[in-house]
Amino acid sequence: MIVLSDYLILAAILFSLSLAGIFLNRKNIIILLMCIELMLLAVNLNFIAFSHFLGDPAGQVFVFFILTVAAAEAAIGLAILVVLFRNLSTINVSDLDRLKG
Amino acid sequence: MESVIFYIFAAILLFAATMVITVRNPVRAALFLVLAFFTSAGIWLMLEAEFLAISLVLVYVGAVLVLFLFVVMMLDIDLAPLKEGFTRYLPLGIIVAALIVVEMIAVLNAPQFDISAAQATDGSNTKMLGRLLYTVYVYPFEIASVILTVAIVAAITLTLREHHRKLQDPAKQVMVKSADRLRMVDLRSKKQDGEGSES
Repeated sequence: MIVLSDYLILAAILFSLSLAGIFLNRKNIIILLMCIELMLLAVNLNFIAFSHFLGDPAGQVFVFFILTVAAAEAAIGLAILVVLFRNLSTINVSDLDRLKG
Repeated sequence: MESVIFYIFAAILLFAATMVITVRNPVRAALFLVLAFFTSAGIWLMLEAEFLAISLVLVYVGAVLVLFLFVVMMLDIDLAPLKEGFTRYLPLGIIVAALIVVEMIAVLNAPQFDISAAQATDGSNTKMLGRLLYTVYVYPFEIASVILTVAIVAAITLTLREHHRKLQDPAKQVMVKSADRLRMVDLRSKKQDGEGSES
């Protein structure tokens, strides 16, 4: 029988996989954005699992809002990426040092 | 039966996530991300969140990930320098991820999370969500729509190129005179010219 902790552990493994992805692909902005999407997916899985097992529909409403904000974030992030590639013709994170920080 | 389906979906989801972070080609990474989102939509169906599962497939796979694919294919990326440091950071990434997994499993195996009896929800999931969204959560719902509008405006203004645009100047359109439109040319007709007419 599947209990709540199974879903939570699955979401935890998914979250840590995407965190490892941020460590591994720290040069490629596109993969970094994809890893952030995977993280949000893991968080959404947590919300829906709690909402199902505790019988509280508020969790699903929060997942709805997270999906909205994640879609907006992906659209703006990709637009910034396109502008960046137009100006520098690279998406390598280590080349983005114009601010000399 | 239910647990078998859950473990199959979980295995596919973790496999797809692993491929997203390890493949060389960003196009393949985006396609594996599509697989991951489809599989988690299946898991959400098992959790009786039907509306969110469908909207994950429609909104996310249909719009956001297609946008990812567009951008990945539109940019002409040199892949070689983007992968350097992969093997150097591999041990660190694995250690951090494994630590997080071990800690989370230690916490989440507590008996408080051993809930199996799901509360039965009556009626349609979509109807319940809609009723909640338009009564209790109506202000956050409106704010979400404002956020989406701001995202559209921001994305368009970021990628718009000024000098490539064809623009009408309304002031010039108003100030125009008939002389600017029509040029009178004084052409003498051949008959009035007289002698030079042929035949």
